[in-house]
Amino acid sequence: MAESKPITKNVDWMVVLIYIACLMIGWLNIYAAVYNPEAHTNMFDLSNNAGKQLMWIGTAALLIICILVIDYKFYETFSFVIYAVVIFLLVVVLFAGSNINGSRSWIKLGSFSLQPAEFSKLAVSLAISKYLSDPAISLNRKLKDYYPIMGIIALPAFLILLSNETGSMLVFASFAIVLYREGMPGFIPAIGMIGAALLIITLLFVKWYIAGAIIVIAGLVIWLMPVMTRRRGGLWATIIVAFVMIGIVFGVDFFMNNVLQKHQRGRIMVLLDPDSDPRGIGWNVIQSKIAIGSGGLWGKGFLQGTQTKFDFVPEQSTDFIFCTVGEEHGFVGTTIVVFLFVALISRLVVLAERQRSRFARVYGYCVAGIIFFHFLVNVGMTIGLMPVIGIPLPFFSYGGSSLWSFSVLLFIFLKIDAQRPFTLSRG
Amino acid sequence: MLESRRFVIIGFFALVGVIYLLRLFYLQVLDESYSIESSSNSIKRVTEIPFRGQIYDRYGKLIVYNTPVYDLLVTPYKVKMDDTLRFCQVLGIERHDFDSLMAAASAYSRVKPSLFLRQLSKEDFASIQDIMVDYSGFEFAKSSLRTYTAPTLANTLGYVSEITKGQLEKQEEPYYRQGDYIGQSGVERIYENELRGKRGTKFVMQNVAGVYKGSWKNGELDTMAVAGENLYTGLDLEVQQYADSLMVNKVGSVVAIEPKTGQVISMVSAPTYDPNILASRYFSKNFAALVRNPYKPLFNRPVMASYRPGSTFKLIQALIGLQEGVITPGSGFTHANCPVGCHNHPATSTVALGVTHSCNPYFYNVFRRLIYKNNIKNTFKASAVGLDAWHDDIAKFGIGQRLGIDLPSEYKGNLPDKKYYDRFYGEYRWKFSNIYSLSIGEGELLITPLKMANVAAIIANRGYFYTPHVIHGIGDKKTVKPEFLERHETGVDAHNFEPVIEGMIGAVEAGTARRSRVEGITIAGKTGTSQNKRGDDHSIFIAFAPVDDPKIAIAVFVENAGAGGSAAAPIANLIIEKYLSRKVTNKALEERMMKLDLMSKVVLPTTKKPGETETKKKTEEVKKPTGDPNDPANRLPGAPHPANPAAMRGPIALPKQSHQKAL
Repeated sequence: MAESKPITKNVDWMVVLIYIACLMIGWLNIYAAVYNPEAHTNMFDLSNNAGKQLMWIGTAALLIICILVIDYKFYETFSFVIYAVVIFLLVVVLFAGSNINGSRSWIKLGSFSLQPAEFSKLAVSLAISKYLSDPAISLNRKLKDYYPIMGIIALPAFLILLSNETGSMLVFASFAIVLYREGMPGFIPAIGMIGAALLIITLLFVKWYIAGAIIVIAGLVIWLMPVMTRRRGGLWATIIVAFVMIGIVFGVDFFMNNVLQKHQRGRIMVLLDPDSDPRGIGWNVIQSKIAIGSGGLWGKGFLQGTQTKFDFVPEQSTDFIFCTVGEEHGFVGTTIVVFLFVALISRLVVLAERQRSRFARVYGYCVAGIIFFHFLVNVGMTIGLMPVIGIPLPFFSYGGSSLWSFSVLLFIFLKIDAQRPFTLSRG
Repeated sequence: MLESRRFVIIGFFALVGVIYLLRLFYLQVLDESYSIESSSNSIKRVTEIPFRGQIYDRYGKLIVYNTPVYDLLVTPYKVKMDDTLRFCQVLGIERHDFDSLMAAASAYSRVKPSLFLRQLSKEDFASIQDIMVDYSGFEFAKSSLRTYTAPTLANTLGYVSEITKGQLEKQEEPYYRQGDYIGQSGVERIYENELRGKRGTKFVMQNVAGVYKGSWKNGELDTMAVAGENLYTGLDLEVQQYADSLMVNKVGSVVAIEPKTGQVISMVSAPTYDPNILASRYFSKNFAALVRNPYKPLFNRPVMASYRPGSTFKLIQALIGLQEGVITPGSGFTHANCPVGCHNHPATSTVALGVTHSCNPYFYNVFRRLIYKNNIKNTFKASAVGLDAWHDDIAKFGIGQRLGIDLPSEYKGNLPDKKYYDRFYGEYRWKFSNIYSLSIGEGELLITPLKMANVAAIIANRGYFYTPHVIHGIGDKKTVKPEFLERHETGVDAHNFEPVIEGMIGAVEAGTARRSRVEGITIAGKTGTSQNKRGDDHSIFIAFAPVDDPKIAIAVFVENAGAGGSAAAPIANLIIEKYLSRKVTNKALEERMMKLDLMSKVVLPTTKKPGETETKKKTEEVKKPTGDPNDPANRLPGAPHPANPAAMRGPIALPKQSHQKAL
């Protein structure tokens, strides 16, 4: 093994540069969000979020150096150990965690708090990658091969749910992307998406119209279907699918009223009509849209935003940091951020595809999927396209736990990728 | 084959990115509505406060109108102050005032304008307008002040003041903002929604220095302010001021009602104050002084003060007695076998004579018959059944009920029923002999001056009333609230009123109120002497006139003035004459009443300690005529009223309480 070659030669600098760009833009926006024109807030003052974030960035750099120094085989070998440690922490937090905003999910270490749920993404990614690294496992043929994956996801998901962090739990949905890549039949994510689309459509239109539309479409499908397909059961399959969809349409009320909790139901209703509750849940959505919308094409300029600064937008340095970007840097700024994210996750997919080991590829997809899901939900909620779910925007939002966990997640993959020339293909 | 799925995945990522960019492009570039909603620097939203509605008297004379003034607003984050001292000099304020005003404004909001100095007159505004250009962050807003044509009706009209923090937080729909004005009491409070009008919004453009650069989009999005609706009262401003002058240096109330409609003609709460002092820059100072005033001028006595009705209550007893058939117009009673005392007067052989001479034993007997008007042998049970039947009859006169006048904080009064006494004694452990002081309007009865004026109106109408109300027309159409057009029946037949009215005429012509009769007008009236623990008796008189076609019903309460005939009756009759003939003949009586000063007789709570022994003596005196063991005055001092905490406001309530007595 040519371990003597410096890591700087093989690491993917494009990802590193995007990472650094995100951190810097994020930090400047956190500073803008907490900036007080009267007091001339100091960027480096540890008493405000901008100063603290700088400290988190510094410690993240130390963590990255550690990751790059540790042997790349460590992560694969100790995957399940890391998973076990995180599960242990999730159990501990249930009993010893301190209560912040109704979630019992933080471990206090002096004046700083850590959120084990943030690290569960890393643990689950490693565990799934390790499990799938066995070439005998096939996701498009054997149903029983799914069970361990379900178990790996369900255990931390259940623990996180117990600590009232629904947002962090939903992130596990992002593993659908990696499973799809590894052979999960395409109809499963398709069903998921159609189900979500039906839910939204049902809340917007009269149910009988939708049922009518489904029947018409089913009729068209049967009519256009080749005769052979129809004879081979295509007819009945289409009819059954149509009936299941109609069933979903009429089951939505039951789902909304009996399965979802009141605040979750409210968030979905607000997504459809923010003015339905302008002082309550809708407040966040309306104020966030006003802040972003008021930025215009070029924005109001660095530190010139008023909406985010004067507390119109809640959580402006954490979950709603994208509003500050939108208000102060306008459409130009938001476009840059969207491009950074799309470029980052696309690049990660490209990197994943060039891995020789299945472990590395699966892990790369996990990282891309998780970052994508955060981007999808976080940016979506600030522009009123997604329900308000409190999950951070990776590398932008203020917060040590999330910055650490995303950095570790990303750089473990970069380390593995950097060793790619020296690994043998197994998968 | 699975490798190709990477394109699906990257395609999906790109699709989300494109959708988000389109959405952002729409929000940030295409849709302009968001850039107005945010307090953007170039386009400013200016709120136009409409004029409050004006208030008129029954003849169309203006009572309340608005004077334009200028408020100085400050937007803290824009302020750049180089020469604070000069700024303070120009405005005539102290440095520490400046600091505290700025701190308060910053605490509310740093981006939104808040009130800095209010209500600068036109002249002040002109003199400082030019200099203020040098100071950024300050701007003027036109505003208005309530102005009163006459220094009267302070409590009835109420006052307008800046919305309090609590009100701001409690409002259901977010209408008011910091610094807005809101009606705080009286008519101004009850009719706030009608008076306040509709705010207008204007969008104006301005440059970085805040200089006006014209309206935005040619005013397409602007909405005009709509002035509040005018209110038309039934008040007679001239009579009101005359009544005020008669009540000078007295504590008490005058309520005059037009019986046919229920409109309030005059409402005096004495002592009063000039409402203009609360509609000025010096609101806080003046308001604090009014709150500190021991005579409590902010307490609206006609609807909030409670008294025992005393002998005026005998009118209702007689009416119920006649209606229930326990007496006839010719029934007579003597003083024999009666525990209540009386004075020397001619024999009371009819109902009319009983009323004229206000004979206590007469009404003791009427009440006794009312209570035992059933076939139950057991006197305890009979009393219980009888009292509840009596209670229901009396309640129809509005006693112990809220009448529903359009003024805030109307006191309900107290009309005891079976439950009320059961709480003291236990069920069936009391009977007539425990409650007979009710017969002459003493005991646990509590009324307000408004209620007794309404009783006078009922008698004038021979059996019905309209809810007394101040506002008899809202807006240009002069709409009357439907509840004020609803006729309330008392259930007593019209013919039963005649003997009572005959007795009331007798009272004014030759009875207890004979010294204040008016030449040429037939007045039917009844005096009352309300006993109370502290100080002399309260003088009460209720009346209506003219008898054949009543145009005015009145109740006058003068605290600590002694018998009903001494102060209340003369004042009432002078007001009646003034209203009916617009002049007063008995100048000597008028002058005597105007000069009568009873303030020294009024016992203030602060003088309670030194006068402790006197108070005790008084209690015994009160006790004597009724001998009622249930008299709250006989309960342990300091013990809370067991049944009705509200009754503690009354004159007979326990020493600790009693606002009204305090006055």
